[in-house]
Amino acid sequence: MSDDANVRDRDEPLPAFERVKLARHTDRPYALDFIQRLFSDFTELRGDRRFADDPALICGFATFQGELVAVIAHQKGRDTKQRRHRNFGMPKPEGYRKALRIMQLAEKFQRPVFTFIDTPGAYPGIDAEERGQAEAIARNLMEMAKLEVPIIVTVIGEGGSGGALAIGIGDWVLMLENAIYSVISPEGCAAILWKDAAQAAQAAQALRLTANDLKRLGMVDQIVPEPSAGAHTDADEAARLLKESLSEGLAAVVKWSPHERKSRRYEKLRALGG
Amino acid sequence: MTWFRKKEQRIESVPADERVVKTEGIFVKCTECDAALYRRELEESLQVCPHCNYHFRIGARERLAMLYDDGQYEELDADVISSDPLEFTDTKPYPQRLEQARRSTGLPEAIITARGRVGGHLTFIGAMDFSFLGGSMGSAVGEKITRIIERALETRGAVITVSASGGARMQEGALSLMQMAKISAALARLDEAQLPFISILTDPTTGGVTASFAMLGDVILAEPKALIGFAGPRVIEQTIREKLPKDFQRAEFLVEHGMLDVVVDRREMRALVIKLLTFMVNPALQTPAPQFNASNNGRDPNGPTPDVPATESKIQSPKSEVKN
Ligand SMILES: [Zn+2]
Repeated sequence: MSDDANVRDRDEPLPAFERVKLARHTDRPYALDFIQRLFSDFTELRGDRRFADDPALICGFATFQGELVAVIAHQKGRDTKQRRHRNFGMPKPEGYRKALRIMQLAEKFQRPVFTFIDTPGAYPGIDAEERGQAEAIARNLMEMAKLEVPIIVTVIGEGGSGGALAIGIGDWVLMLENAIYSVISPEGCAAILWKDAAQAAQAAQALRLTANDLKRLGMVDQIVPEPSAGAHTDADEAARLLKESLSEGLAAVVKWSPHERKSRRYEKLRALGG
Repeated sequence: MTWFRKKEQRIESVPADERVVKTEGIFVKCTECDAALYRRELEESLQVCPHCNYHFRIGARERLAMLYDDGQYEELDADVISSDPLEFTDTKPYPQRLEQARRSTGLPEAIITARGRVGGHLTFIGAMDFSFLGGSMGSAVGEKITRIIERALETRGAVITVSASGGARMQEGALSLMQMAKISAALARLDEAQLPFISILTDPTTGGVTASFAMLGDVILAEPKALIGFAGPRVIEQTIREKLPKDFQRAEFLVEHGMLDVVVDRREMRALVIKLLTFMVNPALQTPAPQFNASNNGRDPNGPTPDVPATESKIQSPKSEVKN
């Protein structure tokens, strides 16, 4: 499972803010671009059975290299119309509740779960608050800790805070080379701590939000290499590289017993910030 | 129980002449777009208008033939029929209404239940028929659905219900109401046994059917524009004294509101159901409380061996090429 061989040495690593730009690049492959290339037979399932279907978070059943799996993913839109439809990849409580419903179906039928993270964050809005955005995120953190089936998490773009983490608890966490994962956006952090949003680049550096940083901190298990100029230059190649890592990751975690998976998940989280 | 075991031996295929809308002549006029359709053409498109996709209502037997492999199924519990426990009379005595419904529809009750294979998976289907007293659910309907759930539990089969109902049957009073609870309790067992339940909603599905098994599917599918709700639109309009929007309580409205998984064209229904069953029927789940584990492929080593080739349930598969 070593990634050392995969990650190319760079004489000078990209500054963190360059990664931020790549993670947000408008041509970067989004979840459906990967899903289309990684899985056959993706069948989307919709709705939280409570309030709405949330297009910012897509779920369904699919086949991964002959294996039946559940797929959960943030989805951003490409053009203006799609972006609005997908709410810029910012889920509302119903999105997280749908995700939980599908993960629990996967548990019922004992199928592995793949999640793909790419969100600026959970939607900050009045309606989301009214329906319990915080509760929805919190519930997923607890319920994902209980699942016995394998969960493979991949941060493919932006890992925006709690909105990302709500589908991010798993047995094996992958992160694309130019993806980011943070408690707050660099702009938000700069505005609060530097009182100047223009200091975003400095904040990005300070937040330690790159794949390398998170691997070092023990929050990510494996870094997935991207095509040399970034995933946005070659979606097919980016997907091919990711497929290899997913395949290895799944092969590793299915070997563990359900009990082992749950306790490893716990121990890994337990060690963070200890 | 032996008295219906015998019946189960018989495999029925549905005669082709039963699979058409009951209309006179060679032509049928589309309710939605007024197009004149050849009956044969309409039959080939599973009673969906080829011009505007309007889904004609279809009967329980046509529905079963449409879903099962090769249209072959085995009808179950045809002799479970409603009695008149309350000796109910409105403008006509209830037994007389039942008798009329049986004669005009050729059906024993508002549901036909069956056993067969869907995509090769052992599947029990209960298909309701709106033409039999508005597809209303009385004790017989409740009993028949409960029995297929129990049979699925015994044989580890999947359950599918196809709803078309105005709700609980008034003529059997609170006994009809209790069928909601009875079926839901049986579904709780099915859920605990990790067996699949797909609920298909067709036009119309309302009242006590919606408020029980129809909304409890692991996956819920609906046909386009099907009316689905708890209270019917007329009741709501009378209560709130407002006109309802045209799309209110239609399948497309429900999917936006998070109540359904997929709105699916009838002609694609069987293919989708097979895909879903493939995910939900896990051969590794042969014993109670199984666990996903590669070393035994999720099987209890002491449990029965599932009858699938080992390759199908293998976790590790060779790296395949990337699709474009
Ligand atoms: Zn038409």
